[in-house]
Amino acid sequence: MWRDVLFWVCAVLAVATGVAVFRVDSMARATFALLASFIFAAGTVLLLDLPYLGVLVILMMIMEMVVMAVFMIMYMMNPAGLMPMTMVHNQKGSLAIAVGTFVLLASGVLLTPWPTSSAPRPEDPTMQLGEALMGSKMLVMIVLGLALFATMVCTVVLATHRGRYDRYGDRLERERPRDPIRGGLGR
Amino acid sequence: MSLPAFLLLASALFSVGLYGALSQQSIVMIMMGLELMVNAVIVGAAAFWFHTSPDRGDGQVIVLLAVTAMAIEMAVGFAVTTAIFRSRDVDMTDMATDLKG
Amino acid sequence: MVEETAWWGGLLLPLVLVAFALAAASLDSVLASKAAGAPLDFARPLRATAGLLVQQRRGTLAADFTLWRAGGVVLLVAAVLASAATPLGDWVVGDLSVGVVWFNAMEVVAWAAVWLVGWGANSAFGLVAGYRFVAQGLAYELPHMFALITAALGAGSLRVGDIVAAQDEVWFVVWMPIAFVVYLVSVPAMAFSRPFDQATGADAAGGVLAELSGVDRLVFVAGRWLLLTSGAAMAVPLFLGGGNGPLLPGWLWSVIKTAAVLALLVWAGRRFPTIRVDRFQEIAWMVLIPTMLLQALFVSVVVVWR
Repeated sequence: MWRDVLFWVCAVLAVATGVAVFRVDSMARATFALLASFIFAAGTVLLLDLPYLGVLVILMMIMEMVVMAVFMIMYMMNPAGLMPMTMVHNQKGSLAIAVGTFVLLASGVLLTPWPTSSAPRPEDPTMQLGEALMGSKMLVMIVLGLALFATMVCTVVLATHRGRYDRYGDRLERERPRDPIRGGLGR
Repeated sequence: MSLPAFLLLASALFSVGLYGALSQQSIVMIMMGLELMVNAVIVGAAAFWFHTSPDRGDGQVIVLLAVTAMAIEMAVGFAVTTAIFRSRDVDMTDMATDLKG
Repeated sequence: MVEETAWWGGLLLPLVLVAFALAAASLDSVLASKAAGAPLDFARPLRATAGLLVQQRRGTLAADFTLWRAGGVVLLVAAVLASAATPLGDWVVGDLSVGVVWFNAMEVVAWAAVWLVGWGANSAFGLVAGYRFVAQGLAYELPHMFALITAALGAGSLRVGDIVAAQDEVWFVVWMPIAFVVYLVSVPAMAFSRPFDQATGADAAGGVLAELSGVDRLVFVAGRWLLLTSGAAMAVPLFLGGGNGPLLPGWLWSVIKTAAVLALLVWAGRRFPTIRVDRFQEIAWMVLIPTMLLQALFVSVVVVWR
């Protein structure tokens, strides 16, 4: 009973804060509305006996949204929303597509006879996830690791404006790199 | 707590995200829409795991996949935004339509 | 064995934490007055609290009050919740099956909180300091996370109770000393306390604290001390054997060990100068993370080999 109540509270708040992301003027508020939406959605995951994944989503999303806030402020012309402004195109079309998608998905959800399972629940879902990742789903884990590594390399290549010739000179002759900000290792 | 209730929540989140991704002009706002759509995947996968196959770890692995996809999407998205902003002072999708067919 | 307390344990937890935090702030004040050659001042935190309670709150022009206030409150709540899975002797408020992850998630809330407080005031210094903390947090979260993971790895469980039980014979600090040191370094960094307090640095007019006054300031500063206390308290079950110890009861050992770790952190904060985030960024990425990876590798080899 209380689980149902909690679920509906989380669900309504998750959607409401999700809508708020595109309604508020301030970019900071939009970012943290999105964070709230993630946390409420993670709340529903916690209700499904998935403590590890729920807490993990909360942890990751706080970090991601704070990083996002940094870029928000960097790339928006009116980050604080001190004057109202809209930066949208084809709003009516998008709204129609979104509502249509929802109607389609919702009718599918309500009309489909979903299967139920009487399979035994794992004693510890976290252990189940770990055993899946380190056992039969090992390939997924390996691909994820490689993809994350590739992401790190390519984001640094894309985002940095200085290469090794800027740091070490045209003939790479400098002993120490010349950086605008020196690090803490005295290099 | 039934499966349809969770899937309704996931569809609502997905649709809100879709609206954002389609209607916003700023690249950063579009990425927020995409993140909301991936969030819907998380809720849906977790619900399917709980209601249809709790004895297998597949559903949980998909949630993990979605979380990773979110992180990668955001990192690459911001890197591309930084690169295009640095070279052309562009932060809106309507100003970067070179590849439009 | 660690057991969950009844519901009133959750009410006692904030009180215990506040007592520790007050003692730590008092020690900090004593060290400061000693360094200044003034008479030892034990009661400054209490006086400061009373002063902030009666002070009128200031606002700034076009401040985002919702986010500004939310930052402080969220920090305070998260700092208390971070200790929900930390056992005191044999008692714990909630022995979560993913206690270690929960602790880390609550610590990371500080990122959002500090940035919000810096942003909300609509002041340049606050925002600069907010960015400083985000940079510092990014550099520290990974070594911190690896230190937590290493302890969990040694016990083969994310449950804090199991981690304590795994240290019946040998404390984890003995065979994962690097993880312990990195944990001790990263706790004040995650709690933006001295010497990692550039987010509230005097060179930026107090940073995120610049425009905070009255109750807002009290909530935020108290949240910071509570977060430091929560971090120090978690070091005990993770590395120092929890309530294990001869003669004395378990809860007393937990109190003694927590007090010792907290005192060490406060002393180090007064002993070393503020560390600049741009300097320490490189040290965190080039030194701390690789050594933590080696430490985790060593622990996993030991776990597999045993």
